[in-house]
Amino acid sequence: MDPVILSRLQFALATFFHFLYVPLTLGLAPYIAVMETRYVKTGQEIYKAQAKFWGRIFLINFALGVVTGITLEFQFGTNWAEYSKGVGDIFGSLLAIEATMAFFLESTFIAVWAFGWDKVSPKTHLTAIWLVAGAGLISALWILLANGFMQNPVGYQVEGPLTANGELAAGSRLVLDSFTAVLTNPYGWAMYAHTVLGALTLCGFLVMGVSAWHLFLRKNVEFFHTSFKLGLCFALTFSILSALAGHQLGQITAKYQPAKLAAMESQWETRQPAPMHILVIPPLDDSEENLVEALPLPGVLSFMATNHFDSEVKGLKAFKPEDRPPVWPVYLSFRLMVGLGTLFILAALLATAFRHRIPELKYSLLLFVLMIPLPYLALELGWTVTEVGRQPWVVYDLLRTSLAGSPVDWYQIAASLAVMAGVYTLLTILGFYLMGKAALRDPAPWAAK
Amino acid sequence: MEYLGDIWFVLWAVLWGIYFALDGYDFGISMLVPALGLGTEKERDTMHLVTGPFWDGNEAWLIAAGGVTFAAFPTAYAVLFASLYTPLMLLLLALILRGIAAEFRHQLADRQWSRFWDWVSAGSSFLAALLLGVAFSNLFRGLPLDGDSLFQGNILNLLHPYALLGGLLFVLMFVVHGAIYLASRVTGDLEKKARLAAKAAWPLFFLSFLLYVVLTFFWAGLSKNYFEAPLLLGLPVACLVAFVASGHYLYRSGGNFPAAFRYSGLGIILLALTGVMGMYPNLIPSRLDPLGALTIQNSASTPKTLLIMLVVALIFVPLVIAYQWWSHRKLTPEKLNPEY
Repeated sequence: MDPVILSRLQFALATFFHFLYVPLTLGLAPYIAVMETRYVKTGQEIYKAQAKFWGRIFLINFALGVVTGITLEFQFGTNWAEYSKGVGDIFGSLLAIEATMAFFLESTFIAVWAFGWDKVSPKTHLTAIWLVAGAGLISALWILLANGFMQNPVGYQVEGPLTANGELAAGSRLVLDSFTAVLTNPYGWAMYAHTVLGALTLCGFLVMGVSAWHLFLRKNVEFFHTSFKLGLCFALTFSILSALAGHQLGQITAKYQPAKLAAMESQWETRQPAPMHILVIPPLDDSEENLVEALPLPGVLSFMATNHFDSEVKGLKAFKPEDRPPVWPVYLSFRLMVGLGTLFILAALLATAFRHRIPELKYSLLLFVLMIPLPYLALELGWTVTEVGRQPWVVYDLLRTSLAGSPVDWYQIAASLAVMAGVYTLLTILGFYLMGKAALRDPAPWAAK
Repeated sequence: MEYLGDIWFVLWAVLWGIYFALDGYDFGISMLVPALGLGTEKERDTMHLVTGPFWDGNEAWLIAAGGVTFAAFPTAYAVLFASLYTPLMLLLLALILRGIAAEFRHQLADRQWSRFWDWVSAGSSFLAALLLGVAFSNLFRGLPLDGDSLFQGNILNLLHPYALLGGLLFVLMFVVHGAIYLASRVTGDLEKKARLAAKAAWPLFFLSFLLYVVLTFFWAGLSKNYFEAPLLLGLPVACLVAFVASGHYLYRSGGNFPAAFRYSGLGIILLALTGVMGMYPNLIPSRLDPLGALTIQNSASTPKTLLIMLVVALIFVPLVIAYQWWSHRKLTPEKLNPEY
């Protein structure tokens, strides 16, 4: 068996599981912080109970995020040794800075928050949760700038020879030329905006879903109506902003990774202007045209890519077959993500229209409960587009994934992959079970003032 | 700019040392939970309350040490982690399980549930401590790397008796370190048991420490730097003094456990420094072909990257130490009493 394929599977597994927890960590921390700010400002106990109720879910989720994150940092060395040697000068430093600036802050102050209710002053306690929220955002920024370098390498020099095709030759490496260029990488920032806004949207829908269940049962109505309203505020604001950021990311993709954009739409021919086809079935064999391509919206793909309805958009045929990403997973993930994103905006708008009557609703509340998994799905699909769409490159146009692996025997990787798959699945089932239990509990008793 | 690699080499050693000294005590306490908390649930809960607020912040030092290995010495990072693939995966598994155990054990009010996670936590802490000792001993001994820095060994020859002794040393060292810390943080029967455990394990730890240091110097061959620059011998001597001082505060009448803990932590950091400085300028010595060794010279990042990282580290590491210190003071206002 090919060790690189096994390593890819293992990395995909590790990141997908890790990313089941990251968005809620990013989104729920500011949510709790807002609730606790209200508590410190007004002194009303209900807001303290809010912070505690959602905090319990947050802590379980946070622990799962932390432990699944440790694996990732070390996998670059264990499974991607050639990659690590080739780009460590730039990529490694971004990870190290993330740990120093953000992870310490997050892990220290989450403990102050969780264990400090009666040990530090209310203001210090509030500061702790804001620091956790801020640390999450800083952490995400460094990680996405690191990923941005893989998508759109900038600010580097090549040390050693390149191949005839302009790729990194064995033994050559990319070294830092301009740190500013790495920090201002437009690809990284576009991903950052889309990811963080998506995470905040997920938080909004999770809070709405959990609250909707309690409201459906007509229990703790005042409490969960309060939760629901702030959740709705998150969902509405951030689902719209996230879509706008997605549009921005699409344009950045068109500029720096035209092959990925072509795969996202399964567009084979270069066209000007380029329509977007509502109905597309990509080829099932090696042929280079779609099985079905119907219902064109004229110029829409051009608009997606460049904000102009008449610009040229490259098709997959413009790239050598060995430079194209796999079309099916990228295309399907993208379509589904966009569909889900649209659904989120519609659902949030609908809930906003009914916002004062939410506690009186009955079965329609269950729709929000059913929606809880969908933002998770959308976020994972988004990463599938980003990462599978980056193939066959690990560093775009410079280093192929197939050349980036470690000199490790396949059976060692197969064994670790099997163990990881088993353990992660088990932990995730348990983790979501415990979060579910925490979500179904009654909130701590609180006295209205 | 030549000195940048050297600075990072020392910082690399210090980061690993701090990590061992901090996570070491919560590894130790986790291992002691099944032994000391046999009697009552309250005692077990108390032990977890002692480590609960800190294990994650302690583990952040591992992420920093790993990140710095990647950033400052990418080639060494790649060769080391790919060579030690399976042991490292086991270490990651252990770290995952103990982190999860810490969070999961108190989620359900069920005796069986929390006891199960206590065993998971103890077992994974033992495995993690053992593997860290085995891994670093293999570094001190040198990995079997050929001239192209390709690993030519297998898992079995990583488990050489010297490496196993290193694993045992780490386990005993962390148990003593954890027991001392526990004794300084709780009252009642649990405090007595923790003192007893620390005193019982200390001689075993100290014996294995002496044996390990002698073997490291005269068998693994880390004495070369020390003979060439005898000033460096200050490190192992200070390490020995710190551990002896720790023992002194442990055994003297009444015991001074906070002091014993400080000296034990200092000893652990100095032990890491002693080992790593003995390897200088190698990050990974090779015992097959010296040309395959990973050195500061052939594995470091560019001066530019090292300088940026140094600025970041000089600003943030003192800040981290300051707020971790602050949080530790704030969250441990008084000793915990398991009887209440």
